[in-house]
Amino acid sequence: MGKTVNQRAWFLVIPVLILVAFSSIIPMMTVVNYSFQDTFGGNEFFWVGLEWYRELLHSERLWDAFGRQLLFSFIILLIEVPLGILVALSMPKKGMAASICLVLMSLPLLIPYNVVGTIWQVFGRPDIGLLGRTLSDLGISYNYSQNAFDAWATVIAMDVWHWTSLVALLCYAGLRSIPNAYYQAAMIDQASRWSVFRYIELPKMRGVLMIAVLLRFMDSFMIYTEPFVLTGGGPGNATTFLSIDLVKMALGQFDLGPAAAFSLMYFLVILLISYVFYTVMISADKDEERS
Amino acid sequence: MSGLPKSGSSRKPKRRLATIVMTIYLLFLLIPIYWLVIMSFKSNSEILSMFTLFPTDFTLKNYQTILGDPSWYMGYVNSFIYVSLNTVISLSVALPAAYAFSRYRFFGDNHLFFWLLTNRMAPPAVFALPFFQLYSSVSLFDTHIAVALAHCLFNVPLAVWILEGFMRGVPREIDETAFIDGYGFTRFFTKIFIPMIAPGIGVTAFFCFMFSWVELLLSRTLTSVDAKPITAIMTRTVSASGLDWGVLAAAGVLTIIPGAIVIYFVRNHIAKGFAMGRV
Repeated sequence: MGKTVNQRAWFLVIPVLILVAFSSIIPMMTVVNYSFQDTFGGNEFFWVGLEWYRELLHSERLWDAFGRQLLFSFIILLIEVPLGILVALSMPKKGMAASICLVLMSLPLLIPYNVVGTIWQVFGRPDIGLLGRTLSDLGISYNYSQNAFDAWATVIAMDVWHWTSLVALLCYAGLRSIPNAYYQAAMIDQASRWSVFRYIELPKMRGVLMIAVLLRFMDSFMIYTEPFVLTGGGPGNATTFLSIDLVKMALGQFDLGPAAAFSLMYFLVILLISYVFYTVMISADKDEERS
Repeated sequence: MSGLPKSGSSRKPKRRLATIVMTIYLLFLLIPIYWLVIMSFKSNSEILSMFTLFPTDFTLKNYQTILGDPSWYMGYVNSFIYVSLNTVISLSVALPAAYAFSRYRFFGDNHLFFWLLTNRMAPPAVFALPFFQLYSSVSLFDTHIAVALAHCLFNVPLAVWILEGFMRGVPREIDETAFIDGYGFTRFFTKIFIPMIAPGIGVTAFFCFMFSWVELLLSRTLTSVDAKPITAIMTRTVSASGLDWGVLAAAGVLTIIPGAIVIYFVRNHIAKGFAMGRV
C-alpha cells in the first residue's frame, strides 16, 4: 500500500480547510482573545493577561467539576467496553435475527440527546416512571432529583443505555472480519472458549476497540444535554459535569473571560488525552500492516 | 474428526447463554422506549393519577396537538432542512479530501488529518458562545444554513474519517487503469470512483444525518424562531401548570421515527460504518 507523493493533493483538501477554518479557527480565535481580556459590558475590553487562567486553576468549582467528569468517563468506559464486547460476542451471526438485533441496537444511537434525557426522566420519576415506581414499590428509596447517588446511578444507566450499542457494533464489525478458518483451527486444537477469545477474537478487535474507547472517552467527556435534561446538574452540583458548568458560565452568567479560559483548558485536556490515544492507534495500525 | 461433533454439541449451551444475554440487553434497551411510547397514547390525567402498563384510555390527542399546530410541526421541518443541508455540505467537501488522504502523501498530511479530528473532539459547549457571535455578525443567526455550517464542525472530520476508511479498501490499480485509459480526474472521480464507494457514501450520509439530528446545544443556541429545531421546541411543554407529559412523550416518539427509518435502509452496512470503514 505505497502511497505516492503528490503535493497537488492539497487542492483536494482546500474545500475542507476553508470550511473548517470558518467553523473552527475563527470561533477559536475569539475564544483565545476573550480568555486574555476583561469586559465591563459594551465593547470595551481590557487586557488582563493570564488572570483568568490563574483564577480558574485555583477555583474549587472547576476542580470539582473536573473530578466528577474524570470519574464519570472512567466509570462509563469500565462498564460500556466489557459489556459491549459481551453483547457483540452474543449477537447472532447471520440471518433475520442478526438484522433485527442490529436495527434494535442502533435505535438508542439515533434518538436526539434531549429526548434521551426525557425518556429517562419519565422512566425514572418516582411518581410516573416505570423504573422509579417499581423501585419504590419494592421498598427501595429512589429519587434521582434529590439523592446524589441515585442521580449518578441514573445518569450512568442512561449513558450505558444510550452508547453501549456503539461499542457492541464496533466489536461486532471486528468479529465479522475473522475468517471462519481461524475458528475451525481452534476447534481442531480443542481450544477453550476463553483462549479463542483471548488469542483470536480480542487481537482482531483491537483496532475497533481503540476507536470505541476513543469515541466513548471523547463523547462522555463532553456530555451535556442528557444530564442537563435529566437532572439539570443537580441535586446541588452532584452531576454538574464540565460542559454543564461551562455553559452555565458562558451563556448563563455571561462571564466571557473566565468561560473562554475554561473552554481552552477543557479543549486542551481532551486534545492531550486523545492525542495519546491517536498515536497509539496509528502505531498499532502500522504494526498490523507490517505483520 | 471424532472431536468435532463433541465440541459441536458443547457449543449449544453457549448459544443459549448468548441468547439470554441478547434478550436481556434488548429488553434493557426497549423498556424505556416502550414507556415513552405508551405514555404518548395516554391522557395527562392517566399519566399522573394511575400507574398502568397499557393505556386504559387510548388517545391520539397528544399527536393531534403536535401535528395540528404549525409552531410544533415546523420544528420537524426545520430540523430536516438543516440536517439535509449539513449532510450535503459535509459530503461534498469530505469526498475529495478523503480521496487525497487515502491516495497521496503530501506535505503535512498526517498533521492535517489529526487537526481535522481535533474538531470532532472539541466540546460543542466551547463553541456555543463564539458561534452565536460569529453567525450574528454575518447576520446568519436563526437561519438553517447557520446550524448546518455549525454542525460541519464535527460532521466534516467524521465524514473524512469514515470515507477515507472505505476508500482505502478500493485498490489503487483501478485509479491507475482509468488514468491510463485517458480519464481526467473529475470524470474518473464522478463516473467511476463515486459509484464504487456508494455504500461508503451511504453510511457516511447516515452518520452525518444522525449526529446533526441528535445535536441540541448548538442548534438551540443558533436559532430563535424561524429555524428552531423540534428538540428545542420540546422544552416548551414546561408551562406554569407543570409539564405536559403526554405531548412531550409524543414529540419524543416523533423524533425517534426518522432515525428508525434511516437505520432500516443502511442496516447491512451499519456495523462496518460504525467501525469507520476500517475493518
